[in-house]
Amino acid sequence: MDHLDELENQSIFILREAYKNFKNLAMLWSIGKDSTILVWLARKAFFGHCPIPLVHIDTTYKIPAMIEYRDHYAKKWGLNLVVGKNQKALDEGMNHEKGRIVCCEALKTQGLQCIMDEHGYTGLILGIRRDEEGTRAKERYFSPRDKNFEWNFKDQPPELWDQYKTTFADDTHIRIHPILHWTELNVWEYILREKIPIIDLYFATPEGKRYRSLGCAPCTGTIDSNAKNVAEIVEELKHNTTTSERSGRAQDQENTYAMQKLRARGYM
Amino acid sequence: MSDNGNNLDLSSRLMRLVIVGHVDHGKSTLVGRLLSDTGSLSDGKLEFVKDICEQQGKTFEFAFLLDALQEEQEQGITIDTSQIFFDTPKRKYVIIDAPGHKEFLKNMVTGAADAEAALLLIDAKEGVQEQSRRHGYILKLLGLTQVAVVINKMDLVDYDEKVYSKIKTEYTDFLESLGVEAREFIPVSAKLGVNIAELKDEMPWYKGPTVLNMLDQFEKKPRPDHLPFRFPVQDVYKFDERRIIAGRVESGKLKVGDRVIFSPSSKQAVVKTIEAWSVPEQPNVATSSESIGFTLDEQIFVERGDVCTLMDELPIVSTTFDANVFWMGKRNLEKGRKFTIKLNTQEVECEVHEFKKAIDASTLETLSNQDHIAKNDVAELTLKTRSPVAFDLFGSIASTGRFVLVDEYDVCGGGIITTYSPTTKEDKLRDEVRTRDFNWIKSDIKPEERAYRNGHRAALILITGEPGSGKGPLARTLEHNLFQNNFQSYLLDRRNVNLGVSADLSESTVEDESARRLGEVAKLFLDAGHVVISTSNAFHKEDQEDLRLLANPYQVIEIQVTSQPTGEPDITLSLDEAQDAKAASTKIQDFLKEKKILMGHNYSI
Repeated sequence: MDHLDELENQSIFILREAYKNFKNLAMLWSIGKDSTILVWLARKAFFGHCPIPLVHIDTTYKIPAMIEYRDHYAKKWGLNLVVGKNQKALDEGMNHEKGRIVCCEALKTQGLQCIMDEHGYTGLILGIRRDEEGTRAKERYFSPRDKNFEWNFKDQPPELWDQYKTTFADDTHIRIHPILHWTELNVWEYILREKIPIIDLYFATPEGKRYRSLGCAPCTGTIDSNAKNVAEIVEELKHNTTTSERSGRAQDQENTYAMQKLRARGYM
Repeated sequence: MSDNGNNLDLSSRLMRLVIVGHVDHGKSTLVGRLLSDTGSLSDGKLEFVKDICEQQGKTFEFAFLLDALQEEQEQGITIDTSQIFFDTPKRKYVIIDAPGHKEFLKNMVTGAADAEAALLLIDAKEGVQEQSRRHGYILKLLGLTQVAVVINKMDLVDYDEKVYSKIKTEYTDFLESLGVEAREFIPVSAKLGVNIAELKDEMPWYKGPTVLNMLDQFEKKPRPDHLPFRFPVQDVYKFDERRIIAGRVESGKLKVGDRVIFSPSSKQAVVKTIEAWSVPEQPNVATSSESIGFTLDEQIFVERGDVCTLMDELPIVSTTFDANVFWMGKRNLEKGRKFTIKLNTQEVECEVHEFKKAIDASTLETLSNQDHIAKNDVAELTLKTRSPVAFDLFGSIASTGRFVLVDEYDVCGGGIITTYSPTTKEDKLRDEVRTRDFNWIKSDIKPEERAYRNGHRAALILITGEPGSGKGPLARTLEHNLFQNNFQSYLLDRRNVNLGVSADLSESTVEDESARRLGEVAKLFLDAGHVVISTSNAFHKEDQEDLRLLANPYQVIEIQVTSQPTGEPDITLSLDEAQDAKAASTKIQDFLKEKKILMGHNYSI
């Protein structure tokens, strides 16, 4: 059993715990590499099936290729896709020019809140990882949110011996993070090994640019890279790991504790 | 990050390491220093943190690299566990920085529980403190015995060897009392980078390894493939035509064709396939740490919580056992209150049966005559579960010998099972029954074949109730009606068993022992495929539980004739209803049909 097998087995265990313990569960699929490997891991955990609905929060500012990719694979893999939108905020003209944090909260966090209310989801599976940024490093695999979606990071449940918080008061919900322990390099190594089809925005253009993290078009930048396929990305990451993965994500740099503030209020 | 050009699978040697110790003894500083000295920080991270310090008018500290939460940086203490990746030329590490503040013990436990080795930090100037001891104890309880002690802030005591030796002696004594041996005591200054990555000149008297050298000497824990096979069932899936038993192999190996047994139910079957999706070839063996699924040759009832093992390596099944427990709850752990125990995938209500010893974990003092423990303390105690659980002793198979306790919605304690000796009558009987079942010589005629011939499955029907309620006539009518319908019915009267099989019992032993003998005789009739009917005035709850235990896996149906039902009978008949034995007998037969015990004859197939 190599390291990727260990990661995979642990994630499958967590997905199965989630599926068993939460009656109304959904998985967030942002179309990025992390949540796409989550879909893959779910199919491994459930022997070719994905019994958990996939929620995509459409801010309408997503890079168009992401929507094409989403619809193609949702059909091909027989996924139950649920698309959510904060129509009210969009109608009122919300966009990133009103402030990146304000926009993220309105279109993503509240967009998510709406769809969770609508479907009554009590558990939400997300593809976040500890190595992405400092605040996420402090997450749990099973992380409670109160009725206002708030994350009380000062009083998190203990997690030991793969026993997770699976009981909770009404009007709270649980976020489940099955790939919390993976690194960016692990994700790409796994994509390479499993031959998981991944959206080509991650691959370098002839001009030597690629996305390392995907988000909304106005707030997501490319990095300089010549990595044209998965194997080349793995090599690139092995030799150049001193730039942070989310360096192309504008909202993180907005101010000192931007990410903590966003996440405490329910951001993914 | 280094690239040593070694093509061996470097990533497979990831080492999980936790750093613990008293608050403010410099854990985060040490981690920050390790990151910086191994070149593991991303570009701009150092500058970013330095900028923040400047904005807030603070001096830069390495700890800020780790303490990502605003509150952590403002208060200068780690609140939650951080996990940071870095590597040395030898291997990769994930380093877990656990908070040292007493308030955050649960976060420390979270960090330490899945580490393979630990560094315990002690401030040279402050010496051994409350959390130094408590963390030492918790590490031991978590089964983490690969420990090195780092004596930090040596710069504040002029790199004095005497200070080092004094702490070393004091803490060695403490660890010895726990049965733990520290691998090394390393004097360092994390802030100034002394003896972290390089041995510096400040302490020529120290000849041991640097912190990084020490880390590289820690050993990876071998996977428990050599231990008995343990597979707690996580779930049973029926997404397509396959009925897949899903779970993780905690220890040992499983092969296609193995005969497996599920505890506590003792049901058996043979593994038909090991299932997997998107793999080069279908596996026929599974080993520890693998999350797998398999199908069985027979459709037996299996559910989450059952522990699957091989026939000759059974787990213990009991409702009582001794454990060492640490407590993190806001409310006390005390007698008389119900908690939920989560042991692998088993989840059962439990309570403390007896406090053997309550201990203050910061001093190791026994809190005498105390039948509760408060937050941050530990205890040796006996737990009693509402229904039997399957487990091992922590010392033999760690992953099936540990559990957490849930109070209301929250995980509030953790524990390891230290000893088991059947103390209650029920546990003793269960042990006996299990031994009987595993050694039972089975007939070549399968129970299903008998059921097909008889038109019914074997079952024990217990008619209970107050004296004079008409149970006897009802039992006789039922036996007769079943017989008339060509079913194999037999009325097993307890008096007859007492007259013969139990004739040797004296007055003092007859009460317990006669129920056991009745159960064993009933078991023989059940094995022969009969519908056994039994009735007695003397049936009380305990006897009934014994009979159920003895009759397992055959179904036991309780018919209670009473005006005030107790327990959970399958059918309750009022005294009036029981008077009309014929109608009551029909009602019982309808129920047996509904439960698919009476299936009807079908010789034409």
